[in-house]
Amino acid sequence: MCLAVPGRVVDTWDDRGTRMAAVDFDGIRKEVCLAYLPDLEVGAFAIVHVGFAISKVDEAYATETLRVFREIGTLEQELGAEDRSSSPGEAAP
Amino acid sequence: MKYLDEFRDPVLAAKMFDEIHRITTRPWAIMEVCGGQTHSIIRNGIDQLLPDDIELIHGPGCPVCVTPLGMIDKALAIAARPEVIFCSFGDMLRVPGSTEDLGQVRSEGGDVRVVYSPLDALEIAETHPDRQIVFFAIGFETTAPANAMAVAQAKQRGIDNFSVLVSHVLVPPAIEAIAGSASSRVDGFLGAGHVCSIMGTWQYGPLVERFDLPIVITGFEPLDVLEGIRRLILQLEAGEAALDNAYERVVGPLGNLPAQDMLAEVFDVCDRSWRGIGDIPLSGWRLSEPYAAFDAERRFDVSNVDPSEPEACRSGEVLQGLLKPTDCEAFGTTCTPRSPLGATMVSGEGACAAYFQYRRLSPTEPPKGVVGA
Repeated sequence: MCLAVPGRVVDTWDDRGTRMAAVDFDGIRKEVCLAYLPDLEVGAFAIVHVGFAISKVDEAYATETLRVFREIGTLEQELGAEDRSSSPGEAAP
Repeated sequence: MKYLDEFRDPVLAAKMFDEIHRITTRPWAIMEVCGGQTHSIIRNGIDQLLPDDIELIHGPGCPVCVTPLGMIDKALAIAARPEVIFCSFGDMLRVPGSTEDLGQVRSEGGDVRVVYSPLDALEIAETHPDRQIVFFAIGFETTAPANAMAVAQAKQRGIDNFSVLVSHVLVPPAIEAIAGSASSRVDGFLGAGHVCSIMGTWQYGPLVERFDLPIVITGFEPLDVLEGIRRLILQLEAGEAALDNAYERVVGPLGNLPAQDMLAEVFDVCDRSWRGIGDIPLSGWRLSEPYAAFDAERRFDVSNVDPSEPEACRSGEVLQGLLKPTDCEAFGTTCTPRSPLGATMVSGEGACAAYFQYRRLSPTEPPKGVVGA
């Protein structure tokens, strides 16, 4: 749960004084808080952890890291709010 | 080369393994602190492809694993209350408490919900003003700024039915405890990249000087881990001890300053107990006094929890790097991810779960050997 996933900012808005964004993670879109990276603009890449952008990265890094997440099958796990009914050891690899 | 094929760049990986073999002349024990690094190492068989002289010791960097049993029991007691909606990251639902886990509390009627972000829990609090919403705020420095923001927004917006059960822990005091322990065999540390993306690298220089051990900050991808190991061995072989950052794409020396400001506002440093390890002074955060009203431990009476660890579980030794998961008698028999005795078998970042997931069909380790391109 402490991994941060890179994604691309596709939209930004203000929510009661806090800058928010829609971030695309290889097809999965999540609402992300930009309070800790307030200068992030649409099109930029950042790593995101539990709904917060924490570090700006370049596109090449983001693309490669997303590929690794996909391969190890943790992208949905890191981003999803769904319960993990299947355990790490017994899920399909 | 079954494992090398799975690297993003197998040719580069083979070159890096060759280089590591070339520069290694003596035995070295390296601890990776981050649970994501442990997962990556076991999944890719990095430990098996390294020279025989290099031992990787898996550190306590899985937040789910080190959350103390007493805190899990407090979570269970709070989650069972009828007025409470208990919100948590999904990893925590199957972590065994003394008698059951959060998933069982839910199946018995407790309102336990998995959220992606602490802000989701805050939203639930806004839309359910007649209920008490409690968020289980666990994690290292990477996660704490998010949880701090949820508390700050709750105060700012007057969302009084929101509170947090805080169990935050910090990496540098854990390194200090391990490096300073008389039984430690660690010659150098791989630092946790995502933790440093928040905190920067400056906290680690004093540890390097004090213990005369090199620390290399790196990420969790296989090639990042390999590069971190390579740089550590270069230092160790040269008799040097310095702080090095192999993850500059993500980590700067100062870290994320707005996040650090929020942490300083919402949290105070405190002593924390680590599951399997014990008490480490000044190794965590609790809510600062201006935010104490949002502390679930003050809001609900949880003084009657009486934690008791299962005797068969040796996760404490695993978390301290004293025991490999496969050396535990319960591993894969009475303890599996479906029926875990300890938290290290639950989380994907736990060493036991990683070993089970990637090595369950081959309990005997394949022979090591020099990796050729």
